[in-house]
Amino acid sequence: MSKYFLLQDSERCIGCLACEIHCKTNKDLPMGPSLCKNMSVGPVEVKDIPRVRFVFMPCFHCEEPWCMNVCPSGAIKRRAKDGIVFIEPSLCIGCKSCITACPWGACQWNPVTAKAVKCDYCMERVDQGLKPACVTKCLTQCLDFGSAENLPTGQRERFAAAVARDHFNPKV
Amino acid sequence: MDGKKAPNVSGVDSPGRRTVYSICGMCAVRCPIQVEVEDGRVVWVQGNPNDKGMGTSLCAKGAAGIPFEYDDERPQYPLIRTGPRGSGQWRRATWDEALDYIADKLKEVIEKYGGKGVALSDRGGPFNDLTKTFIKSLGSPNYFNHDCTCGRNAHHAAKSLFGMGRKDWGMDIKNTKHLVLYGRNMIESLQVKEAKDFIEALGKGAKVTYIDVRATLTASKASRFWMIRPNTEYALNLAWINVVLAEKLYNAEFVSKWVEGLDELESFVKEYTPEWAEKVTGVSAEEIKAAIREIAADAPQVIFHLGWMTARHRQSFHTSRTAHILNALMGNFEVTGGLIAAKGPGDYGLKGVNKLEDRVTKPTDERVDQIGTKYKHWDSGPGLAHMLFANMLTGEPYQVGAYFAYRHDPLTSIPDPEAIQKGMDKLDLLVAIDVNYSETAWYADVILPETTYLERGSLVAQKKGGKPSLQVRDQCIAPRFDSRPAWWIFREILRRMGKSEALEFETIEDIWHYQLDGTGVSPAQLREKGVIGLAKDAIMRDREDGLGFKTASGKIEIISPVLSEAGLPSLAPFYEAPPKEPGQFNLVFGRVGWLAHGQSTNNPLLNELMPENALWINSKVAAELGIADGDTIKVSSDGAEAVGKVKVTEYIHPEAAFMVHGFGRTVPLQTRAYKKGMADQRLMKGKLTDYDPAGGGNNLTETVVTVTKA
Repeated sequence: MSKYFLLQDSERCIGCLACEIHCKTNKDLPMGPSLCKNMSVGPVEVKDIPRVRFVFMPCFHCEEPWCMNVCPSGAIKRRAKDGIVFIEPSLCIGCKSCITACPWGACQWNPVTAKAVKCDYCMERVDQGLKPACVTKCLTQCLDFGSAENLPTGQRERFAAAVARDHFNPKV
Repeated sequence: MDGKKAPNVSGVDSPGRRTVYSICGMCAVRCPIQVEVEDGRVVWVQGNPNDKGMGTSLCAKGAAGIPFEYDDERPQYPLIRTGPRGSGQWRRATWDEALDYIADKLKEVIEKYGGKGVALSDRGGPFNDLTKTFIKSLGSPNYFNHDCTCGRNAHHAAKSLFGMGRKDWGMDIKNTKHLVLYGRNMIESLQVKEAKDFIEALGKGAKVTYIDVRATLTASKASRFWMIRPNTEYALNLAWINVVLAEKLYNAEFVSKWVEGLDELESFVKEYTPEWAEKVTGVSAEEIKAAIREIAADAPQVIFHLGWMTARHRQSFHTSRTAHILNALMGNFEVTGGLIAAKGPGDYGLKGVNKLEDRVTKPTDERVDQIGTKYKHWDSGPGLAHMLFANMLTGEPYQVGAYFAYRHDPLTSIPDPEAIQKGMDKLDLLVAIDVNYSETAWYADVILPETTYLERGSLVAQKKGGKPSLQVRDQCIAPRFDSRPAWWIFREILRRMGKSEALEFETIEDIWHYQLDGTGVSPAQLREKGVIGLAKDAIMRDREDGLGFKTASGKIEIISPVLSEAGLPSLAPFYEAPPKEPGQFNLVFGRVGWLAHGQSTNNPLLNELMPENALWINSKVAAELGIADGDTIKVSSDGAEAVGKVKVTEYIHPEAAFMVHGFGRTVPLQTRAYKKGMADQRLMKGKLTDYDPAGGGNNLTETVVTVTKA
């Protein structure tokens, strides 16, 4: 695991998909690759309201990334200091092994550069003390980013409360 | 003409990194943004954090401003039509050539029909001082905006009760305890600040009653959701008023002080019981009663939404009006969590921005839509654009010979484009000024490419609100193509007409200096932050004796003398639409959070999220019709047809069919959107001239379509 968490409060999420577009514009990606997916689940009727949930899926930055293990050119690396898994574009030979290997679809094909791309938590921003593009511009601040030590105050409590709330236990 | 590019704000081409404050132009909301430019290229756009309500947030449309900027599928240089209208045959022209062409034709039109023979429509908003000045300078009263397909019914409803318009009352959504929404899909038909406030309010425990014909994402967040029969919200409101009066759930003190006509209201709603409304709306009488009791208990921290896109039918005006009346009965005015009067600089003893419009004499001719003459109960401001096109066809009360579509696409937004085109065929001159190939641009004689919002500065925008503010759109980068900013285009046309006095400025900065003179804010200060609040603390009006309603009585008038004079009832009997045949539906339309109608469907990244739309129909009805999810279907109405995919779902009312608006584009140069999906407006046969006699908006959702398997 990387030392960072990218959290989503599904209660606050409105499914506007701004996160996906913020990511793509920050990485200057064309049509095709999508480094994160905000997937809607449902609707499930809870107390007569058809509720839709959202699941934000960026790269999980695995402890032992399959993508990194299959990469023949050593283009995929894992930073020792924080565990961010990233692709070094100059080393990528465009063989698509990582795309086949990742069970989560985190590695994507960029048809313009003919190389693989993946979420790196916008590490150039992280290194400047900033948050990833998706988090910075998230419309309702349902996304948050941090390490275990600096999770925003109240975040865990809010999650716990939300999970305990009745409509997280649908009568279906 | 100064070289290849439009007059730039100084420094635009400079190397290195710059931060520029601007205003988003990807939809009509116009959020304040912060733009990072590196070596003349936009690399980052986020919300302007100097605006607290905005923070760094930005929606998908706003984020897609960068791919829009660097997309080549937009008008790049002036085009003059060479074939028949709509044929797509163009020749490239220089600016001088295109502007001279327009001026020559304009002179002929004015010679023939007078100044009033020219009309213009735009998208409204904070910059329309420019377009109004342009049209007035030509001697024409015919300024229009897109509001006939947006908030006009709600605006006129507010006017009839308060003497004040739709935007004169803001909604304190963030602090409300109960919000009632009539089809106002707050998180998909999206305004960044409003959506943030909405989620904030929910987090604080606010309740939301959401009424719509389908389960939207807003319904998903609501605490109560009613899937109501199409076009029956008015019936629900009448029943609610019935209960409020019968059970004395209203704020007696507020009502006795501020509301006139309670007796008439009481006797009018007597017959509209919850039991009656149950049969009409499909919502049970018990639920109707329980809901209004619960809502009333939270008053005055309650908002019955003032209406924006209330489903538009012949009684939407009265739906809006009764929502206002419910607010009035509960006293939700000038109170935290309720409605708060929007204040301008004047309310704080400050001087507002100077208007360009004031530099022109007001034309005295009758408007072509006859508002102010024949139709005195309507606000002349932006008029009713559908009447402009209907009147083009008949030549009544007079013929319009030239029409300018500025960033407005009536062939997408106003129903029955075929009928509109017939009206346009009578024009001597049709000019489109836009950053996109709109459907209207494709039908025009001349297309003038405007610089994008990232490539231009616009007029200083003055915003009313709890606290008024000034905002600026500064130029971020040099134009990529041979395009020009709007103020320059309009000035150049006027110069050729010898009527440019009001717009004689050399740069946008000169205009800012004129606008800001005497306000105590300088262009430099505004540039530094993008947004400047004009007041420190919000002031509230006195609920005892200072609410400032602008009616003759100074109170909320349930019986409106203005409506009476026009021969219209202030309290109109509910209209029950005739029953539909099996396989027929009321066609409704709406949005998703990442599209702003036809303006977005060709955007590279937004198109990818939704390449085409689908028609939602109810699963039970679909089964009866032998239609399965994903089937190709044919939607038809009165000879008009669309073919597309169907989405079968239990989350839409059996009598309604829904599609996302903005698809079915016919401009081949928009390769991604071309002929993808269905266009609802093309199915709205006859709806150009079918409108609410009290509110003026078109009866769009009364369009009945037949759905069959293709």
